[in-house]
Amino acid sequence: MADILVVAELAEGKVKKTTHSAIAFARDAAQGSGGTFSILALGAGVAAAAAQLTGFGAAKVIVADDAGLAGYVCERYAPTVVAAAKAGGFGVVVATASAFGKDLLARVAGQLDAGYAADISQVKAEGGKLAYRRPMFAGNAYGWCSIDTATQVVTVRQSEFSPAEPSGGASPIEAFAVAPPCAGAERIEFVSFEQVKSERPELGEASVIVAGGRALKEKFKDVLDPLADLLGAAVGASRAACDAGYAPSDLQIGQTGKIVAPKLYLAIGISGAIQHLAGMKGSKVIVAINKDADAPIYQVADYGLVADLFQAVPELVTAVKAAKGA
Amino acid sequence: MKILVPLKRVADPDNANKIKIAPDGAKIDTTGLEWKPNPFDEYAVEAALRLTENGATPKVRGGEVVVVTFGPKEADTTLRQMLATGADRAVRVDTTDDALDGSLVARALKALVEREKPDLVLMGKQAVDGDSNQVGQILAELLGWPMATFAATLQEEAGALLVGREVDGGVITLRVKLPAVVTVDLRIVAPTSVYSLATARTHKYADGVRFSALPAIMAAKKKPLIEVPLAELSPDTSLRIAYSKFEPPPVRKAGVKVPDVAVLVDKLVNEAKVL
Ligand SMILES: Cc1cc2nc3c(=O)[nH]c(=O)nc-3n(C[C@H](O)[C@H](O)[C@H](O)COP(=O)(O)OP(=O)(O)OC[C@H]3O[C@@H](n4cnc5c(N)ncnc54)[C@H](O)[C@@H]3O)c2cc1C
Ligand SMILES: Nc1ncnc2c1ncn2[C@@H]1O[C@H](COP(=O)(O)O)[C@@H](O)[C@H]1O
Repeated sequence: MADILVVAELAEGKVKKTTHSAIAFARDAAQGSGGTFSILALGAGVAAAAAQLTGFGAAKVIVADDAGLAGYVCERYAPTVVAAAKAGGFGVVVATASAFGKDLLARVAGQLDAGYAADISQVKAEGGKLAYRRPMFAGNAYGWCSIDTATQVVTVRQSEFSPAEPSGGASPIEAFAVAPPCAGAERIEFVSFEQVKSERPELGEASVIVAGGRALKEKFKDVLDPLADLLGAAVGASRAACDAGYAPSDLQIGQTGKIVAPKLYLAIGISGAIQHLAGMKGSKVIVAINKDADAPIYQVADYGLVADLFQAVPELVTAVKAAKGA
Repeated sequence: MKILVPLKRVADPDNANKIKIAPDGAKIDTTGLEWKPNPFDEYAVEAALRLTENGATPKVRGGEVVVVTFGPKEADTTLRQMLATGADRAVRVDTTDDALDGSLVARALKALVEREKPDLVLMGKQAVDGDSNQVGQILAELLGWPMATFAATLQEEAGALLVGREVDGGVITLRVKLPAVVTVDLRIVAPTSVYSLATARTHKYADGVRFSALPAIMAAKKKPLIEVPLAELSPDTSLRIAYSKFEPPPVRKAGVKVPDVAVLVDKLVNEAKVL
């Protein structure tokens, strides 16, 4: 039996959607191992966010609210996660494998001397013991692993755990004292967070994604925005498009960028390198537009259109408008 | 500045389609695969070279860059490659890939750091074979050092580094006083990503990692490369995570090519029903 501690990801006083995937994991794993799960909300001014977390059926919502936690610095967050895990005797600590989760939980594992499995895609209980499945080699293999340390630390792939819905009920809120920072924390200074503002849905939450590659050049926005607007889609990009500065880095999809699995993924002027496929081949329907009929993207595309994108995308905008109007 | 760069050799990811899973699923079969440095670690070496030079005169080296790998004798080839690009010394911790996990690599690296006393450990954010993304964070914790993961930019300041971290939704900038652990992301090798104190802010590097000229490859053969047994660095060689089975990914069935936009829209509306 293992009780599970979910580390919530919060931003601007709100719960980020990523958290709901970690909760989905916790429900599965708690059920499989006959335990319960709790949620830890930590940060500065997180009372409102914590309140949003009480409806998911958690045994409790643990709140560590402290002005010292304004501006995320791992060295200030990790000790409180560790303290909460120890205080509650949790057997598993989980967060979603976002930049936040991957940064924080690996250090938490180091502090707990715990085994850490990153980015897991499935959990199974075998004889009361948890086994985790995780993608490796850019998604070219999956490995099943288990962790034998007293506490197990995992991050979960957001696209593989559909976001938990509130289940009613009101979990009790418990205040928790913030632990002193890690050794070395005094040598680190949070300077700034430069946010990329966007009116579009976030990549992890969008049901349609329009993604562009190197082929779009400086026309990236001009060509893709009208289509994305029309479809209410999020915009994504290949590494080459990000590296070249055609798209902001935070839009990168792939092995080392965002992992997505929308209902519809349109890959436009993207060749389909394995590192890119690793981030999107779980999408339900994939459309590729590429002028090279042999581009590897066609090996995963449900519908391929061999064409010049500068002509095909505007045509597609017109045709979708017509179809929607009908 | 003295910089330690942990570097893993990996089965060439661009050959990853050839990765075979043993019939009983017990292991990943790497026979016949080409090896190359983990790309992120190669980028870390490049960043380390940039931090220990004036970009305008890269042949004049300052500071020291030490590369370390954990692996069998054949991994020496990968270390020599890095010596050829400009690293000064190399250490191979003798072991096999199967005998390692992130925790063990971090525990042994801690002991090596205590011997070598670098100002900075600069490494990849993840090895692209296991995609585990953890050694840097665990090492920082064991050392009690500040860390900055997913670095896309690095600027040297007196006794410190200004680090731009690529995170969801933007860039977090941190200032870390040395010694510290920094893990790098893809864009660390862009032309204006890394500046040492000696390099003019107007300097632009060539995109990507530097190539090694033939004389440098010859000279690298004479650079020091030492071997250390794993147990000497970490008497406890137990693992924290155990793999029991490997599976191939689910295959996507090949789709169809459509002749034009009209057919595409028709299929999306009437067949896939996603519009
Ligand atoms: C360590 C590492 C990690 C990586 N991680 C990622 C990752 O997370 N995500 C990622 O995407 N990549 C990643 N990559 C890079 C990856 O290997 C590819 O280099 C990259 O995905 C290529 O991007 P692209 O398809 O836009 O560019 P290209 O490969 O240059 O492809 C451009 C495509 O556009 C087509 N084209 C050109 N003009 C037109 C036109 N007018 N109309 C229609 N089609 C046109 C071409 O036929 C071509 O197929 C990684 C690489 C490494 C080494
Ligand atoms: N066998 C190894 N030898 C040297 N460095 C390693 C090894 N394994 C991991 N590392 C380092 O740790 C980083 C993160 O790896 P990982 O946590 O395994 O994804 C890599 O980019 C390397 O710098």
